[in-house]
Amino acid sequence: MSAETIDGPLRIADREFTSRLIVGTGKYEDNETMVKAVRASGTEMVTVAVRRIDLDRTREEGILYHLDPEEFLLLPNTAGCYTAEDAIRYARLGRAAGFSEWLKLEIIGDETTLLPDTHATIEAARTLVDEGFKVMAYTTDDLITALRLEDVGCVAVMPLASPIGSGLGVVNPYYIREIKRRLSVPVIVDAGVGTASDACVTMEQGVDGVLMNTAIAAAEDPVSMATAMRQAVEAGRLAFLSGRMPAREIAVPSSPVRGMLE
Amino acid sequence: MTTDRTETGEITVQLNGKARALPEGLTVTELLESLELNPQLVVVERNREILDRSEYAQTRVEDEDVLELVHFVGGG
Repeated sequence: MSAETIDGPLRIADREFTSRLIVGTGKYEDNETMVKAVRASGTEMVTVAVRRIDLDRTREEGILYHLDPEEFLLLPNTAGCYTAEDAIRYARLGRAAGFSEWLKLEIIGDETTLLPDTHATIEAARTLVDEGFKVMAYTTDDLITALRLEDVGCVAVMPLASPIGSGLGVVNPYYIREIKRRLSVPVIVDAGVGTASDACVTMEQGVDGVLMNTAIAAAEDPVSMATAMRQAVEAGRLAFLSGRMPAREIAVPSSPVRGMLE
Repeated sequence: MTTDRTETGEITVQLNGKARALPEGLTVTELLESLELNPQLVVVERNREILDRSEYAQTRVEDEDVLELVHFVGGG
């Protein structure tokens, strides 16, 4: 049975997605690998960053020379911003590129852990929602912040599994489940997934999707890892919907105990 | 609209963080052309205000403008 058979589409705001995996486009060794990995992941939505054009042309050209915005919904991010003011500036620049009003809002509060500044995130989200942005907000696994982000009108709330780029997997599955239980908008776990089992475990918590970048981009073979992530997200989703057996610290035989030979 | 020419006919702007001399009266369209940039793939911020693409042809760069030319790059 395919995931589509018992699972519906992922609905965020006014759009539907077949894939529950969102991928980043940073940190790839070259654009050709990035495009192949993005395609292999099966995603329909990719994050991009807004940066100054290098007028000396010593770096790669813009990503739109490589990715077709008709093929993927572009989700501009505010990565690298440390204040609400900066994030709002980057958000407006991203929207002015002219593709959509979708946004991944990310405001960092600490350089070492890259943990988000949740106060600034709520403040910026309120302004950006008023300006018509469809805000998907990166946040901690704190329930109260997640509720506030929903209150101010975010179309999705994106708690971290663990710090950005850490690959530590879901450090607090209980908090992730609690956020999912309490919010009405989609919950997408963003950041911290390291390998396919992490993606699977994340989806088994019942969340609506996963966003990852480094786990694919920094794999030895990003394209095959992207395939593994696609399968893991589907497997985790199906396992969640299927209802797992209760875990118990006692063995129970799978074969009949009666009918053994004398 | 005509503009007063300085003796050199040059202005100095901050372009992506660096001082740059440009000919006076240059429009944003002409600036992007001179930099070989596709206007459809660039967003121009001038003195902290984003310019609409429809304004590029009419907007002249002025002395001491702070210009940021940005685009999308790979990110997470």
